[in-house]
Amino acid sequence: MSITQSGTPMATPPASAGPAASVIGPKRRKVGREKPNYLAGVLSVIWLVLVLVPLYFMVSGSFRTRQEYLRDNPLKLPSAPTLENYESVFTGGFGRYFLNNIIVTVGTVAIVVALVVPAAYAVARNASPMVQRGFSLMLIGLAVPAQAVIIPVYLLINQLQLYDTLLAIILPTAAFALPVAMLVMTNSLRDIPAELYEAQTLDGAGPLQTLRNLVLPLAKPAITTVSVFTAMGAWNGFLFPLVLTQSREQRTLTLGLQTFSSQFGTNVPGLLAAITLSLLPIFFVYLFGRRYLLGGLTAGFGK
Amino acid sequence: MAAKGRERPSGWYMVPVMTFFGVFAILPMVLVVYLSFTDWDGFGFPSLSGGGNWSRILEDREVRSSLVLTLVFMVLGWVVQTPIAMMIGVWAAGRQRNRAVLSSIFFLPVLLSTAAIALLWNSVLDPNFGLTQRLPFLDQFSFLGDRTLVIFTVAWVLTWQYVPFHTLLYQSAARGIPVSIYEAATIDGAGRYKQFFSITLPLLRYTLITSTVLMLVGSVTTFDTILLLTGGGPGTATRIAPLYMYITGFTGFEFGYASAIAVVLLVFGAGLSLAVTQLTGFRKMSSQQEGS
Repeated sequence: MSITQSGTPMATPPASAGPAASVIGPKRRKVGREKPNYLAGVLSVIWLVLVLVPLYFMVSGSFRTRQEYLRDNPLKLPSAPTLENYESVFTGGFGRYFLNNIIVTVGTVAIVVALVVPAAYAVARNASPMVQRGFSLMLIGLAVPAQAVIIPVYLLINQLQLYDTLLAIILPTAAFALPVAMLVMTNSLRDIPAELYEAQTLDGAGPLQTLRNLVLPLAKPAITTVSVFTAMGAWNGFLFPLVLTQSREQRTLTLGLQTFSSQFGTNVPGLLAAITLSLLPIFFVYLFGRRYLLGGLTAGFGK
Repeated sequence: MAAKGRERPSGWYMVPVMTFFGVFAILPMVLVVYLSFTDWDGFGFPSLSGGGNWSRILEDREVRSSLVLTLVFMVLGWVVQTPIAMMIGVWAAGRQRNRAVLSSIFFLPVLLSTAAIALLWNSVLDPNFGLTQRLPFLDQFSFLGDRTLVIFTVAWVLTWQYVPFHTLLYQSAARGIPVSIYEAATIDGAGRYKQFFSITLPLLRYTLITSTVLMLVGSVTTFDTILLLTGGGPGTATRIAPLYMYITGFTGFEFGYASAIAVVLLVFGAGLSLAVTQLTGFRKMSSQQEGS
């Protein structure tokens, strides 16, 4: 944690500004000695450019007409911004894909939360070897990536006659989100003091009432984390939709993007508009709940 | 549930989750081994056909070269991504306002789906209409067409995609380091770089291992970015082993043989993560953490 004294490693103030700022500024943790971290400043600006240029290219390109895209400097602002790309994306069936994505995401989150809360409650409060062994088994699942078992999942979905349905995407997506969800939820329920559980017993409450009156209210932050993690995975999932569906009616957004890219061919602005649109919902969540979103993403892998 | 208090939930609370996980996650792991002994072509139900796939896999040059390529991407990815993620993560752990603003931009790629990232970079690097073709200097390179350059191109796109996630890991870990340690070091006259190497780096060991294991297992099994970005091409220049598995199965309809490759990848990935955790004494460390 190489802390810079003056707040801006990007700016390059004269050498004397560092200590001066720390005198003027409010109470600092460390006094005097440190100079701004120029190296970190320069590197972070380079990284900023590398991250932003493709994103800028994506958003600005989506507002250009095709002629303008081919003619103009792609780094200039669009001279005559247009919404025609977004229109063509919607006439290309985007609304349907969007709806499918919402169904898949909501369905996956609902299954995961409904399964994980009672199970984590059992793991936290029932020490029997069967329960604990089951939990360990699930944690092994943390190390098994869905990609490696995509063929047997395909076989399974075929045998269940679910091929080319949204349920075919939802079920395995939920299953592979379970280990992390269990880990996060169990840790959170273990943090509830035993006295609170015991107080429930004294009040004469059985497990079901305890689940409703104590566990559910206190597990809200963990449920949020699990939901975010699961929703991101489901919203952005590509492989299960690719392998387990084929018809236009069941297509999800990510798959739709791929179709757009082959369909539109040379219509780069159209594709860029589709990509931008697919990102929007998550971007809004990010704007208003960045902490929840970022916390949910690394759930289970943090320290 | 009598004696010990009536609140305790019974084991039945675990049954739904275990059933669901059993059917859609454990069963496939067993099935993939079974399938590796069949000639399943995707139709009907597969029946056993002996160890043909396994003797074939031993002689298959394509498997060998795709595994080597997987290793190349693994090493390249680790070497490039780890220092970047660690530096940005430690930097972003600072509470300064400008760092908060900048890191909220740094994390943006984490919001994009794999499909979005791969197709976006596809448009950026497109040999006819791409961004790079219209910029001075960059326009002389064929980022997706040159068999050597494409390896670095793919490695870069994967870096762009995954660094934000690992940065998040390092950021939250670095925030957990008590400020008092740095204050003591400052009083002892340790400079910024000395503090980084003698305090920050050792205390991030745990995160370094987590991040490394995720990268290693990921590079053995993840192929969706490459599938959309290059399709494994040009030729077979970027056809890593998991992508070879996918193509063998879902394009060539040799699901039995593809399953054999999948088993190899699963064992390879599990072995790698085991090796890393053992070699680095990760277990000892985590038990120390629990003790403290």
